[in-house]
Amino acid sequence: MHAPDGFLNAGTAVATGAISAGAIGVGLRQAREQLADRQVPLAGISAAFIFAAQMFNFPVAAGTTGHLLGGALAAILLGPAVGSVVVAVVVIVQALLFADGGVSALGYNVLNMAVVTAFGGYAVFRGLLRLLPRTATGVVFASGIAAGVSVVLSATAFSLEWLFGATFPVPFDTVFGAMVGVHLLIGIGEGVLTGLTVGAVLAARPDLVAGVHDLDRVALRDRASIGMRGFLLAGALVALLLATVVSQFAAPAPDGLERVAEDTGIAEVARDHALADAPFADYATHGLRNESLSLAVAGTAGVVITLAVGAGLVAAVRRGRGRGRASEGEHEHGPARAGVG
Amino acid sequence: MGAGHAHALYQHGHSTVHRMGPEAKLAAGFASVVAIATTPREAVWAFALHAAVLAAVVTAAELPPRFVLRRLAIVLPFVAFAFTIPFVAGGEEVTVLGVGLSRDGLWGTWNVLAKAVLGASVSIVVAGTTEEARIFKGLERLRVPVAITLIATFMLRYLTLIADELRRTRVAMRARGYAPRWLWEARPVASAAGAVFVRSYERGERVHAAMLARGFTGTMPELDTRTATRADWLRGATVAGVVAATALAAAVTT
Repeated sequence: MHAPDGFLNAGTAVATGAISAGAIGVGLRQAREQLADRQVPLAGISAAFIFAAQMFNFPVAAGTTGHLLGGALAAILLGPAVGSVVVAVVVIVQALLFADGGVSALGYNVLNMAVVTAFGGYAVFRGLLRLLPRTATGVVFASGIAAGVSVVLSATAFSLEWLFGATFPVPFDTVFGAMVGVHLLIGIGEGVLTGLTVGAVLAARPDLVAGVHDLDRVALRDRASIGMRGFLLAGALVALLLATVVSQFAAPAPDGLERVAEDTGIAEVARDHALADAPFADYATHGLRNESLSLAVAGTAGVVITLAVGAGLVAAVRRGRGRGRASEGEHEHGPARAGVG
Repeated sequence: MGAGHAHALYQHGHSTVHRMGPEAKLAAGFASVVAIATTPREAVWAFALHAAVLAAVVTAAELPPRFVLRRLAIVLPFVAFAFTIPFVAGGEEVTVLGVGLSRDGLWGTWNVLAKAVLGASVSIVVAGTTEEARIFKGLERLRVPVAITLIATFMLRYLTLIADELRRTRVAMRARGYAPRWLWEARPVASAAGAVFVRSYERGERVHAAMLARGFTGTMPELDTRTATRADWLRGATVAGVVAATALAAAVTT
């Protein structure tokens, strides 16, 4: 997902750059109090952890491996404000020093990999905590599902940017289908690993999981033992559910043959589309089966992402306001911490 | 920790490019990347000119070409992806070796390839000629928030350490017979990651306590007072100017 320079057009790069700068600016403002105090080296070393976790392979199937993306993990462990800043720093340093992802592509790379995953993932996490039991098991499931969804949100965000900034003629439908399809699978791995990692931190140092700062510590000790297969099954079910929801939008698709013709580009050759003057790149809407349907899908996806990121931002701001009270609780663990160090 | 800083990103040297003030170098690099990214793809000659300018800078920086090429391997995944574009893209088709390919898709491949390679090269040259601490100092002088540059500084300083810690836990697990092949066998990996996070966090607290003991007030002391001179800015502007002029000429002629 580290898109290189010139992958999307200049207008999209500038627009996403402005959105990313704004969102990270909010994160910085909210995190200022923490960063001014003890958390600068702490945030830096946590960023090193997220960066290192991205290089750490885990098994997927038959010996193939994948790695964490870490946006939702950072937001859950460090809180949405510090988490988003930390992941943004990882993405920026990867572009600037490691040449991984373009420097002029930072606008959309930061938006997709830091802003959407951290704020969106955190909003989903907090939303799920309202539904799930407020125990360790509940938190582990909420983190896992939130991380999986955050990856899919990120892929969806990229597809939406493609609609505005495509640089070669692959229609939105194809990009959306391929990106979301692949990332549903990646999301399962991300979800399982994030859930288990949060569970491990919760078992050792529950006070370090910023995402559950307001939950009852005693209740958090309550963990039902669930087999790994059960966890995976739950993850697959959620992915299936998401896939069903996504495919509902595509339900009134043309019949099979026509569909194949569309997919292989046969039907696109002679097509003259009606959206030449619309504010979207010609390429992305080039050869859509049904412009209004695809735009409806894009619109819905856009609303979902905006809502998720917005909710995450609100949660970050609210956390910032409530810190006066929350920090008292955090300091209870001061002596224990010194002992461990 | 002194030895940890000399990582593979930076090539020690005393060239003109090495000595340039970091803020001028970063500004020139950023302007060049933007110009490269906005060059119209049909202007193949413009990309050749960009490459020539970059080659000249690499020579002036006394960077071994092999170093630049080796580090360019990072764009390989996108190169592989770029070669699939003509097969999935729509639009007018051309026949190459009996296979129908999208003309626009072929241009897309070229576009991704050329810009990814050139853009990455600029980052490699900047990172290859500037110590990490000076890069962040330069960013700070370019008005990037101090919180961002400080976090980045700490992150890079501890990256190899944390990565090593993760690697060691993995080696320890493997030595005890853990050889996972499937996702549902990943629990020990995740537990190890969780344990390393807790250790990283506690390390962060200890580091901060140590810094406070040494008089840390929230900002790092200014050790590197070498700011960019007028000549540095002029050099940067020359390189960025040539690249930008090429991009502009390409935009006008196509």
